[in-house]
Amino acid sequence: MTQRDSKQRRAARLAADNRQLLLRLTLSAVVMFGFGFLLVPFYEKICEVTGINNLLQPDRIEIGNTQIDTTRTVLVQFDANLHDLPWRFQPQQRSVRVHPGELVHVAYEVGNNRDIAVTGQAVPSYGPQLAGQFFKKMDCFCFTQQTLAPGEQRTMPLVFVLDPALPADVTTITLSYTFFEIQGRQAAKVADDGAS
Amino acid sequence: MTTLTHDPIDTASGHSHAHGPTGLMRWITTTNHKDIGTMYMIFSFIMFLSGGVMALTIRAELFQPGLQVVEPEFFNQLTTMHGLVMVFGAIMPAFVGFANWMVPLMIGASDMAFARMNNWSFWLLPPAAILLLGSFFVPGGATAAGWTLYAPLSVQMGMGMDLAIFAIHIMGISSIMGAINIVVTILNMRAPGMTMMKMPLFCWTWLITAYLLIAVMPVLAGAVTMILTDRHFGTSFFNAAGGGDPVMYQHIFWFFGHPEVYIMILPAFGIVSQIIPTFARKPLFGYASMVYATASIAILSFVVWAHHMFTTGMPAAGQLFFMYATMLIAVPTGVKVFNWVATMWRGSMTFESPMLWATGFIFVFTMGGFTGLICAIAPIDIQVQDTYYVVAHFHYVLVAGSLFALFAGAYYWLPKWTGHMPNEFLGKLHFWCSIVFFNITFFPMHFLGLAGMPRRIPDYALQFADFNALATIGAFGFGLSQLIFLVVVVKCVRGGEKAEAQSWEGAEGLEWTVPSPAPHHTFEDAPVFKG
Repeated sequence: MTQRDSKQRRAARLAADNRQLLLRLTLSAVVMFGFGFLLVPFYEKICEVTGINNLLQPDRIEIGNTQIDTTRTVLVQFDANLHDLPWRFQPQQRSVRVHPGELVHVAYEVGNNRDIAVTGQAVPSYGPQLAGQFFKKMDCFCFTQQTLAPGEQRTMPLVFVLDPALPADVTTITLSYTFFEIQGRQAAKVADDGAS
Repeated sequence: MTTLTHDPIDTASGHSHAHGPTGLMRWITTTNHKDIGTMYMIFSFIMFLSGGVMALTIRAELFQPGLQVVEPEFFNQLTTMHGLVMVFGAIMPAFVGFANWMVPLMIGASDMAFARMNNWSFWLLPPAAILLLGSFFVPGGATAAGWTLYAPLSVQMGMGMDLAIFAIHIMGISSIMGAINIVVTILNMRAPGMTMMKMPLFCWTWLITAYLLIAVMPVLAGAVTMILTDRHFGTSFFNAAGGGDPVMYQHIFWFFGHPEVYIMILPAFGIVSQIIPTFARKPLFGYASMVYATASIAILSFVVWAHHMFTTGMPAAGQLFFMYATMLIAVPTGVKVFNWVATMWRGSMTFESPMLWATGFIFVFTMGGFTGLICAIAPIDIQVQDTYYVVAHFHYVLVAGSLFALFAGAYYWLPKWTGHMPNEFLGKLHFWCSIVFFNITFFPMHFLGLAGMPRRIPDYALQFADFNALATIGAFGFGLSQLIFLVVVVKCVRGGEKAEAQSWEGAEGLEWTVPSPAPHHTFEDAPVFKG
């Protein structure tokens, strides 16, 4: 009788212990699910701190390091592409010759051919790829998303400096922009336009 | 297979028959760990055969240069689905099946801690498999983004991708529930006298694996959820245009993916660590070091993920860190291989089929481990990334590693499951055919990779033709050899030499103290473990 009692008590205690552990482990699984999403801001922070992948942020000029190196001339070529976007997009000049350290202003022209407002984002890439880190953009239309009204034309600025630390064997840099459509944005716009 | 646990053998505890519903409902409603373990294994074998058919279609296409058998789009679906089916459908459920069957028997528990949840964990799998395999038949076909489901491909594909995402969600939930069950069972339900450091090594490796599962399966679920919202709900986690980053997907995926490869190999280490001492008739050499090595592998697995991503433009400091961290894993793995060999050293070895498979495992898995070290070297990896060298590497560790260990374990415990000894001749034939054809299939892939043949491509340059033809012949040989296993299991269930409670001469452990086949209910009164 007492033996059976103690056996039942043991079983009840075991069940309680099991439930508690189940709760803790389930909680860890839920926390890890959240952790997966936490990796996103964590990743962005790491990229920001280490300066990897900061294609879409302005570069800081270090004051005192803006000596213009007139002994070198680098050919900078501009390329413009559209990804599934019915816009016109082209640089005002195909290329410029610049000295490293020199502040350069150029402009791109963009126009929306569609009869609805469209939001796009330009993403830069560089050839040669490693020259990208020496290509300092002070101002660029790629830092923000661009929303163009139906038929709107726009001239967009790009201000950059080539870092004088650019390796001497680089004589040509190609800067290529691709405009992507931001999905979901234009749908909201259409709804807004319909309301107004 | 229903005879498997129905055998009315007398048992110590007096219960011999399944209670409750019979027929199909018995299997749907069962909460018995042995029934569920059996279902896991049957399920994983079916998935193994489906994944195998996909692999053979891939190899048939690659038999000759040019396109003969399938369209390139379908080829991409096949490589993707082969990976997903084998990883999530075959290898992982098979190990969970082993854990269900053997962990309670090894630690002297009457069942798993949460029997009803155990039933759920299994019955989530067939719907997931139907979603995954059914995605071949939706418009656009199955996902073709590779089993890693890299963005941006995975963000762009048709609805087959959505089905794959849901299948992964369901399989992930199933794995997490299974893992929680195993942790609770091992921590709370050991027989009196069985301290943690006296536990069979299979339980140790599964305990650590279960912790890995709980830690990383939710991260995978998060990653595929992000793909899903990127696809349908206007988020831009991985969409460069919206400020996201496709490379971030790779980081999140491999944060799951690297522990995942240890999830698939640690239980294999456990099985081999049970078998080698049995057939060497010596206790396992360096038990404690085995436990610590397993734990170190598990911990290190969280800090090596980016070695899958050396070509994504990582800074040199990052490459060096992940390179050295990866090479560090060779140390505990080396400890394990050393201990297995030291266990065999001067042992009274016999080579029954389980031992043949286990020895074969050590030999071929170690080769896969070495090519892994080669891939870990960043400058070399940049050359072999996405070539057949990598394909050869991970098939050496996943097929010759996990799968061979699964076969070793199956031959080892079949007497306990069925009550009959597996046919030795067929078992040996299965082993020799498998190991020979396996090497004919995958060894030439090293050369193909070093020569620059890219993976996941249905066509190739002419200079790769001979090795590819050889690999295809090997693959068909390997695939057909697996039917021998089916015959062995069916014969073993139907009859054969009666198995003793202690089916192998040198076998030790609580699972060999119960009759063969193990009765429906075992250890209702906890045994006292003296070890």
